[in-house]
Amino acid sequence: MEAYINGIGIISPQQTFDTADFLTEVVEHNSKSLPCIEPSYQEFLNPVLSRRMARIIKMSIAASSVCFKEANISIPDAIMTGTALGCLEDTEKFLSAIIENDEQFLTPTSFIQSTHNTVSAQIALQLKCMNYNFTYVHKGFSFESAVLDGLMTLAEGEAKNILVGGHDEMTDKYFRVCDRIGYWKKEENVPTMELINMKSDGSIAGEGASFFVLSNEKTESSYAVLRGIKAIYKPQSKQEIESKIAELLHSKELTFNDIDLVVYGINGDARFDKTYNILKDGIFKNSTSTYFKHLCGEYQTSGGFAMWLASNIIKRQMVPSAVLIGENKTKQIKNVLIYNTFLDTNHAVFLLSQC
Amino acid sequence: MISAIGNNVAESLASLENSKSGIGTLENIRSRHKTIIPVGEIKASNEELTAMAGLRPDQQSTRTALLGLIAVQEALSSSGISDIKEFRTGIISATSVGGMCTTEDLWYDYLDKEKSGPWLKYIEAHECGDSTEFIADHTGIKDYLSTISTACSSSANAIMFGARLIKHGILDRVVVGGTDSMTRFTINGFMTLMILDKEKCKPFDAERQGLNLGEAAGFIVIESEKASKGKEIYAELSGYGNSNDAFHQTASSPDGAGAYLAMEKAFKVSGLKPTDIDYINAHGTGTSINDLSEGTAIDKLFSKNVPSISSTKAFTGHTLAACAAIEGIFSILAIKNNMIFPNLNYENPMTELSFKPSTIQDKSKKINHVLSNSFGFGGNTSALIFSRHN
Repeated sequence: MEAYINGIGIISPQQTFDTADFLTEVVEHNSKSLPCIEPSYQEFLNPVLSRRMARIIKMSIAASSVCFKEANISIPDAIMTGTALGCLEDTEKFLSAIIENDEQFLTPTSFIQSTHNTVSAQIALQLKCMNYNFTYVHKGFSFESAVLDGLMTLAEGEAKNILVGGHDEMTDKYFRVCDRIGYWKKEENVPTMELINMKSDGSIAGEGASFFVLSNEKTESSYAVLRGIKAIYKPQSKQEIESKIAELLHSKELTFNDIDLVVYGINGDARFDKTYNILKDGIFKNSTSTYFKHLCGEYQTSGGFAMWLASNIIKRQMVPSAVLIGENKTKQIKNVLIYNTFLDTNHAVFLLSQC
Repeated sequence: MISAIGNNVAESLASLENSKSGIGTLENIRSRHKTIIPVGEIKASNEELTAMAGLRPDQQSTRTALLGLIAVQEALSSSGISDIKEFRTGIISATSVGGMCTTEDLWYDYLDKEKSGPWLKYIEAHECGDSTEFIADHTGIKDYLSTISTACSSSANAIMFGARLIKHGILDRVVVGGTDSMTRFTINGFMTLMILDKEKCKPFDAERQGLNLGEAAGFIVIESEKASKGKEIYAELSGYGNSNDAFHQTASSPDGAGAYLAMEKAFKVSGLKPTDIDYINAHGTGTSINDLSEGTAIDKLFSKNVPSISSTKAFTGHTLAACAAIEGIFSILAIKNNMIFPNLNYENPMTELSFKPSTIQDKSKKINHVLSNSFGFGGNTSALIFSRHN
């Protein structure tokens, strides 16, 4: 089960959308909740439709369009997306209306757009794409499930090009609600480049829409080859984590030493540093270390941002200084591992290689 | 399984055999529409469900999670699994409301910093995946977890994804299904769409007025040949198909193009022909649009030679993300007991369709292959074929 990553479209709190630039300048957000930098949607949606659409749907449609363009395909053979919270803005809108109006005078628009599968449905609807269509909604395994399904679908042989994506949005209210259970840092200011050095609990919030065309054919636009993914649920020990990583690497006849660079999901939360440190100072001590959540914030489908980062590092053979921890130890970057966690519950490992 | 017609498979089968519908008046949640819309509600409070799952009161979770756990406990015991670690075991659950059943009661308290209490633990339970993790943690399942939400086709897709995980050798066995509890959120959502019947629903009837909402959880254990060795096998999942209608965000296309494609794919996977099917457990919600769209697609696929067909939604109500799992279990029961369940409340044939659903308890023929359909908002259409194990 392997796939070429032939197109990427990503809207994030950084300048990542439809640009040749690769993190030359980091955007500093003066907030503990990093908002996406949204493009103009004119090119992607007719304005009448666009006005009625929630932000997360628009971001996803724009990101997937760019992704198709880059991969040079018009309609994917399958669409699978991951989202932990679905269309949060519309969910809150409908929920508040029910409570405030005591179940009266409600209109269906926000209910219709609140279902978790709205984004994959809207992408299919825009493209008139009647192919396989799935939405995964499992916290920090949402995007990862979509990716695994993508690899399985390609291996089954009937699909050539498929769209895999992850999307989650943050709202003011949901930020406040999660703040009550210790998700975010209490400090007033969290400078982007300082996140990794902070010793306190909590992280910063983020959001994003990341889409990829996975294919069984290498093309001129190929970034990298995605060679496997593993989800680890609530690992109990260092040994368990290491053996799962080893299992993935061995299936590709690789060892820990073959990993040139690791992308860690370090989010500045002192409670969750341990896992990353064990790997960084242990089995991957000879690999170059990078991180990304200071750029996109913490959210359940941040694996999409990590996959964008890893794909670009491989394709460009360049590590932006903004993501580097310590020194760049390798000249050629052949094999990249992503290790990302959400709340120490959902751990995910991705393996990407040069193609 | 647990639904308005029983707290387990045996009770549900007895209700099906006695044409005993679970549709009645809403009792467990407050709603101003209580007296207006009939529902398929499980008559147990969250405290009672907690006890039923064998948990202490402080282990209580959302209604969605509790229903799911009760159904998974039954599924594991009926498949004779005592050591969960014996094989690589995963869970793929489906839900459309997730923790909304609790969020809708506490949302404004969450936002009020002055208020605090042990109920803050339910903030995390809002996420759909939380119910799956709750079930996994209480049953020891650990090797793969995922949750699917494709509206009313969700658990068909959970069954499909689980089966494929086994096919690819990623798991040896997998618990697949779905759980959805009744919420004001869905009641009011469906009210605004004006597709709730104020009487008991009448699937495939020319005078049908809409659907009745229900709540349920249903789970099935799928095992690889290795893990199922020496065990009683209830049925095989022989075919599955997933497609998108790509017609409208909530409404099905009049010709049922997506439904047709999903069924066609399921036949392709199974290697069976439409004439092999002995019974169709239809999605049959009772809405004007679904029944026409589904019926038209069935007529086309079966060239108007439609085998015995019924919708069991008039028993359980439309249980959203759980319905495909519930109806998957009914399909298996149909095979096991050579039995076709009646389509309750049906009187007037639809002129657009060639077939009439079965309205009586039919035990007259051997049932080897059952087609089960599930369609949802967002154009998500899925079809499953269950077959007798030889």
